[in-house]
Amino acid sequence: MAEKEHILKSLKAGVRYDGRKLLDYREVSVEPNVTNAEGSARVKIGDTEVLVGVKLAVEEPYPDTPEEGKLMVNTELRPIASPDFESGPPGEQAIDIARVVDRGLRESKALAPEKLCIKAGEKVWSVMIDVVPLNDAGNILDAASIGALAALKNTRFPVVKEDGNIDWEAELTDKKLELGKEPIEVTVLKIGEFYIVDPILKEEELADTSITIAVSKEGLVYAMQKRGDSPLSVDEIDKMVEIAVKKSGELRKIIG
Amino acid sequence: MKRTDGRTPDQMRPIKAEVGVIPNADGSAMFSAGKTIAYAAVYGPREMYPRFMQNPKQGVLRCTYNMMPFSGHGDRVRPGGSRRSKEISAVTENALRPVLDLSDYPNAAVDVFIELTQTDGGTRCAGITAAAMALADAGLKMKDLVSAMSMGMLEGEMVVDINGTEDCVLGATDVPIALIPNMDKISLLQLDGEISRETLKKLLDTGKKKCLEIYKAQQNALKEKYKVD
Repeated sequence: MAEKEHILKSLKAGVRYDGRKLLDYREVSVEPNVTNAEGSARVKIGDTEVLVGVKLAVEEPYPDTPEEGKLMVNTELRPIASPDFESGPPGEQAIDIARVVDRGLRESKALAPEKLCIKAGEKVWSVMIDVVPLNDAGNILDAASIGALAALKNTRFPVVKEDGNIDWEAELTDKKLELGKEPIEVTVLKIGEFYIVDPILKEEELADTSITIAVSKEGLVYAMQKRGDSPLSVDEIDKMVEIAVKKSGELRKIIG
Repeated sequence: MKRTDGRTPDQMRPIKAEVGVIPNADGSAMFSAGKTIAYAAVYGPREMYPRFMQNPKQGVLRCTYNMMPFSGHGDRVRPGGSRRSKEISAVTENALRPVLDLSDYPNAAVDVFIELTQTDGGTRCAGITAAAMALADAGLKMKDLVSAMSMGMLEGEMVVDINGTEDCVLGATDVPIALIPNMDKISLLQLDGEISRETLKKLLDTGKKKCLEIYKAQQNALKEKYKVD
């Protein structure tokens, strides 16, 4: 564990492996409309690059929510983005990213599901968000969350034909998805007694525990996910939430 | 003839080539033709698994072609391989293999991953073009680059660099080709549609000329990354 001792020593001095302070993000950039999907965004956090695309479909609603649209988030950790990713069905990390991004959006009712109803019990909009990293240099999850929100913000509805199917030959309409709350997820990591955000891969590997926290514009928390087998006190959790609320506000300014 | 996107029959779409776009990879590149955008990353030479597929005489090239779920025109593309993506991966391998010398890397694999972020026809060609640059960026021993483009026949007329609408909606005869410029040989050839022997020959000759324009863009992109000030 020489590596861990080394990182703790440097964190004590207030410095990260790449020279950042403990609660600094790397440079974050968001570029909207990067594919011809109904909505999309490219997010870069340092060398981490994630593409998020939104596709819409007309589907039957779930029987228990006949007047609500559907939401699905999927993450594809394709081998183009890292020597550690392999082809095949989603693994633990891909599922964690997809589910945690999904819960932030779902629990905050970011999409106002009742507004996605076309005909109750028969036809609703299905919103499918795909997260695909092009390069993993750590913190894909925060990038995915920022990308999902940015992509949803520029999502436009396609034309629906009289038979109820989408007319893919027509240009997209100007009608945009209506968003309610706008959650942004911030992952706060604890290494020894120190808290950091926006980890590089090495820091992800050496962290004792981390919590991803979805925070709305109003500073309310809509989803949390703790990882790692190191337990936390209430005060520690409170500190981590405080960091996430503050950082989410800074990130929000970048998305615009 | 006026084409759906306003081009003349022998006009290619605007192309863009960039090398070194994926920091984690040993070599990488992006190539776009109009709305079709392909990324390629090379990982390796690295140890090959499963082991029984290793070749003790030379390294093995493995290519994987994939469309991102939101890349298609129309419905979401379901993740996971399809028969189509398997076939394209295989013809991509065959198109690139002739320029590579992997004799220095017995038992190793050179993995090429091609991802389409946006598609509007000519995706396998864009993928091959990007992959050739990525292999060069990875510093592998190569006889040349490979430059690819899809030729077509539309309403009896020859058209270059066909787009998605021309291929899928208007039913153009689609002839994707890849050229190895300094051997003057074609390493990818597929055809869907109808064509005479004479026209095919003309079409291939024109296609070769157009591939040379792509070749120039590939070379410029590589020079841009490796230029010495």
